[in-house]
Amino acid sequence: MSGFGFSISKSSTIEYKPEEFHLANIIEENEPTSRLCISCGSCSATCTGGEFAKLRMHYIHLYVKRNLTDKIREELQNCMFCGKCQLVCPRGVNNRNIIRLLWENI
Amino acid sequence: MSKEKRDIWRKYQKSIGDDNFFFVRSCIRQNFFPASEQAFLHILRNELGKNVVEDARHTTCSGIGYHSDVVNFDTLQTIIARHFALMTEAKLKNVAISCVTSFGLYSEVLETWKEFPSELEKTRENLYKATKREFEIPENIAHCSDIIYKFREEIKNKGKNRLVNAETGEPLKIVDHIGCHYAKIFPEYGEGGAEFPQVLTGMIESWGGQTVDYPERRHCCGFGFRQYLVQANRGYSVSNTYKKLQSMEPYKPDMIIANCPGCTMFIDKWQYTISEMEHKTFGPDKTGIPVLTYEELAGLVLGYDPWDLGLQMHQVSAEPLLDKMGIKYDKDKKFADKSGKIFSIPKQPEYIL
Amino acid sequence: MRAYDTKYQTIIIGGGIAGMTAALQLYKFGIRVLIIEKEDNLGGHLNKWYKLFPGFVNADEVVSNIVSEINDKRIHNITSDEVISIDSIYDNYIVKTSSGHSFEAESVLLAQGFNTFDPTKKEEYGYGLYSNVKTSVEVEKILKEHSNITIPKRIGLIHCVGSRDEKAGNLHCSKLCCVSAVKQSIELKERFPDAEVICFYIDLRMFDNGFEELYMEAQVEHGIKFIRGRLSECSENIDGSLVLKVQDTLTGLPMNVSVDWLVLMVGKEAAKLPNLDKSIDLKLAPNRFVAPENIFYNPNQTSQPGIFCCGTVSGPKTIHESAADAKAAAMSIIDYLNRK
Repeated sequence: MSGFGFSISKSSTIEYKPEEFHLANIIEENEPTSRLCISCGSCSATCTGGEFAKLRMHYIHLYVKRNLTDKIREELQNCMFCGKCQLVCPRGVNNRNIIRLLWENI
Repeated sequence: MSKEKRDIWRKYQKSIGDDNFFFVRSCIRQNFFPASEQAFLHILRNELGKNVVEDARHTTCSGIGYHSDVVNFDTLQTIIARHFALMTEAKLKNVAISCVTSFGLYSEVLETWKEFPSELEKTRENLYKATKREFEIPENIAHCSDIIYKFREEIKNKGKNRLVNAETGEPLKIVDHIGCHYAKIFPEYGEGGAEFPQVLTGMIESWGGQTVDYPERRHCCGFGFRQYLVQANRGYSVSNTYKKLQSMEPYKPDMIIANCPGCTMFIDKWQYTISEMEHKTFGPDKTGIPVLTYEELAGLVLGYDPWDLGLQMHQVSAEPLLDKMGIKYDKDKKFADKSGKIFSIPKQPEYIL
Repeated sequence: MRAYDTKYQTIIIGGGIAGMTAALQLYKFGIRVLIIEKEDNLGGHLNKWYKLFPGFVNADEVVSNIVSEINDKRIHNITSDEVISIDSIYDNYIVKTSSGHSFEAESVLLAQGFNTFDPTKKEEYGYGLYSNVKTSVEVEKILKEHSNITIPKRIGLIHCVGSRDEKAGNLHCSKLCCVSAVKQSIELKERFPDAEVICFYIDLRMFDNGFEELYMEAQVEHGIKFIRGRLSECSENIDGSLVLKVQDTLTGLPMNVSVDWLVLMVGKEAAKLPNLDKSIDLKLAPNRFVAPENIFYNPNQTSQPGIFCCGTVSGPKTIHESAADAKAAAMSIIDYLNRK
């Protein structure tokens, strides 16, 4: 029944249910260095694509871990696979492989 | 949840007046729950023999206006000071406040006067200039639920009904909801503090029921004036109540009680709105969870007629609850006035009984 | 019951790592010391710990090594006795204990250590209300005693409980809780291999040798999850598990996480001092720990000549920092006694 003039707002709370986060499990199994990310932001700072479009590798890590797959798709398409994010990472995360796995599985 | 573990609330004991109250009414309670304030006065005056004084000249505390940025703080202080002046005129020192937002405002003004005495002086001047009245600060302000809490044992002893399932003898599972303005702003003003307020829990447990501790227990019902007054924002309000109802659903509560007029109204009426929008109800068999005020609950415990208590005016029908408790009521008299004539019967909603 | 002298050159209040290390150092220089310990055994907080980092050595081993040295060298010590007052008399001090002993000392060394924060003050965390909320101290006990308990499927560790918290009355950082959380998360994961272990942090203070590497080991080899966001409220679900309300600050979204156990990393607060007579001027730092006279040149001398401090009584420290501080304090005391 419409006509109330308002509708119920959708909750923005993430319900943490890692058993259901299939993409996260795939990435973690196939690229264990993904566990090392601490969101320091060096990758996003040096990103070539990120200069001109919305592409932040450290956010993609977080979106994977929280199962926000729509947001991953939005940013992934701007990546040119240059690999600077991997060169700069202080902890040795294999970012290029993660991007490749995401392209295959998303 | 055992009683021993919940001793944190004992840190926040407040003094509640004993007798000789100056009663200030709520703006909206008399529309939504017409019998509640009357029941409160009846219980205090006739059952407990207390002196409760009302003054026809008392006005709204202007809470709705203040919280919508229409009334400014100076005006608010003067209005409240005027109520204190009426109280002083009646030679009383205890205030009994019916509305929780109102109670929050009285606490706020009293705290402001404690910390900033210059505001108190300014208010005295303003009131004198406007009305030639002078006032004293009350010794004690209490919300009406505090007063019922204080006399819960007396009510229990006079009571005819207990909050148990009449067939099985099990205590009823009751969700208690405390208005945000009661203790969240000034925890010392609330009985039991802000995290585990005791005022409704004490009543429920004294009268034989059992409280439900669910994850969103302390969540606001969404009745912020700024959200609710503007139609476009109301979705925000209903989402909060929806969240609470979803969180309490697994516990299968038998009823909800609240001490704030807005909260009771919200949780009651939004169950209809949610049933229309989402086709979802929260009680068994397409019914909702009945929402009562604490005065109506006290009235049921004392054995008053449910239709005298105004339960027919609730959105979610209280009949299943009354049946559970074994309270007798006359179905035909539900929408009848005192002479027996039936006034108009409301339309039955589609998804909720 | 051993017969003790009534006069000592140094009385050490507290028989933990700091107190005992200082005693052994003073002994090497022929100083007559007495250790007064309020618990039933020497060892202090270390008696409660399971394994120490770095190295994951057994805390019991570390304690028994040093206690047996104390006993071998027959260094005087009393246990189950608490110092209740210190009075000054001319150049010396009178130390009285709860069992009625009274000793005279040329110098006093404060080594009482720290108190852990009582998390019942944080009502919203549910400690004392929900049975599955534990402190980090209790977890050490569970790990040590291999207590037979139900197996949790998810464990949450909350950093900064009672530290860096204006509402709790402690603005300071307790320094050790971050590495303890990482250590305990590894130990819990080893004890319950199928469980998911999550640490909820604000910052990760991995300041010492090997700490950052331990953090990386926790992430990669043990699969410990780290979520940046401080716990705001803990409630109980209908099945008894706890639902935590945190803000996942890195994505900027609120998050609800259900855990079976909640471990609170309680902070370190200043220990209670004995009553001091009016002529003793012992200055405390704003965080209520004992203030050294000069942190750079004289870190073990307090504002009161003749009263010294070592170990965590002047602020949170790692175990090896406490031991080093204790030896330094011993040298300051020797210098003081020589000049008297």
